Amino acid sequence: MTAPLTALTASSSPWAFWSYFLDHRSEDLGWLWDHAWLSVVPVVVGLVIALPLGWLASRRQWAYPPLMSVTGILYTIPSIALFVLIPPILGLDPLTPLQVPIALSIYSTALLVRVVADGLGAVSSDTVQAATALGYRPVGRFFKVELPIAVPVIAAGLRVAVVANVSIVAVAGTIGMSNLGLLFDTGFKLSTTQPYYPPIVLGIVLCVLLALVLDLLVVLLTRLLTPWRRAVRA
Amino acid sequence: MIGDVFGWLTDSAHWSSTPFDVGIVDQLLNHLRYCAIAVVIALVIALPIGLVIGHTGRAAWLVSGVNAVRALPTVGVLVLLVVIIAPHFYGRTDAGYLIPTEIVLVLLAIPPIMSNTYAGVQNVDPAARDAAFGMGMTERQVLTRVELPMALPLVFSGLRSATLQVIATATIASYVTLGGLGRFIYDGLAQQDYPQMISGGLLVAVLALVTDLVLALVQRLVVSRGVSGRFRSGGRGGRRISDLADSRTAVLEEQRAADAA
Repeated sequence: MTAPLTALTASSSPWAFWSYFLDHRSEDLGWLWDHAWLSVVPVVVGLVIALPLGWLASRRQWAYPPLMSVTGILYTIPSIALFVLIPPILGLDPLTPLQVPIALSIYSTALLVRVVADGLGAVSSDTVQAATALGYRPVGRFFKVELPIAVPVIAAGLRVAVVANVSIVAVAGTIGMSNLGLLFDTGFKLSTTQPYYPPIVLGIVLCVLLALVLDLLVVLLTRLLTPWRRAVRA
Repeated sequence: MIGDVFGWLTDSAHWSSTPFDVGIVDQLLNHLRYCAIAVVIALVIALPIGLVIGHTGRAAWLVSGVNAVRALPTVGVLVLLVVIIAPHFYGRTDAGYLIPTEIVLVLLAIPPIMSNTYAGVQNVDPAARDAAFGMGMTERQVLTRVELPMALPLVFSGLRSATLQVIATATIASYVTLGGLGRFIYDGLAQQDYPQMISGGLLVAVLALVTDLVLALVQRLVVSRGVSGRFRSGGRGGRRISDLADSRTAVLEEQRAADAA
């Protein structure tokens, strides 16, 4: 019962978001944690699904157009529509918390299939032939030559997916799912008579920080995985 | 549940408006109106700027700067602007909600159009540009008669990406009490009328798919056949950009342009 009281007595200035955070620390950190894993896990799931599909699309001419059209259609569906459509299609409860990670995994897969296919397709055939001549078998060649060369392209796609996810997860807050989007919900509901900025500003600040940190993580991971790029630049 | 949704959608009472309720047709028109306003304004702003930056190569930082907008949570910005702007409007109009929504939609639509136009012009084969200058074309003619037609596939994928994001975000505008097809989703949620909520989701999905299809057809008609259906000459491993370009290529091109600029 103390939370609404503090909300009413605390300053409603936009810059009071830090004291709002301190007052509601455990709740906000819980939402931040939910937001973080909802942004990251679907991208990992998407990558795991997209690698074999993208490989197929880059290797087999006949597979490319249908794979791109189907994933293109999925990518076209607006997030809020996908959230509410997933439960009836999968026979789940209309407001299952699962709809958010499932929808985001679909988006990430749809984006990354294209990225992986184009990234692998861009590996020069000279390189592939050289690797074959050196004695690489198809599987070894894929993991030791083709995939590493495609890493920078795939990483660019991962950055797009992760940053987009941070924004889309907040949309799920509008239908009551637990994440930083609930800060916007709280702020909106507390602003009926006069503006109450702190939760809204705090939500924006935390979302931007989360997006920047996750983006940076992907960039750092890419640098770790592609040491030869630094060697060439130096 | 699927049967209930079908029942809700086929109930003619839900399609036309009554004095108490806005029907599907009118909400669809509202939705289209909000989106069209935003896309047209964004196009008028972003297309010329993208063309000029791409042509001159100056102020390319603008592309990466505008792209930083993507890290902002759309819902948060929407709620913030509504809370700031809405109290200044009284009475029956929805201007207090429409204006902040349109600001967010325009902000959202500018980056994909601008950076894809920029990238499209930048990627024009320098030989074609030189040939145009060699034929005696002025700067302006080179831009409008050579660079723009050749950049059109990317301009269109940027436009499609922008339009889809605008349609999606206009749906969320219903959460801040604006009309549009999102009304059915949020009203259905509030009333625990799940067939209505799911029908709303279905309508929004169909709207997005149909709009993208229409834009893809326009793209096919407008883009010269000499430009589409060919491989980009030189550089970047000959990525095939033309006939398969969609909103995904647009977001990736956006990222690439931001990193390069």
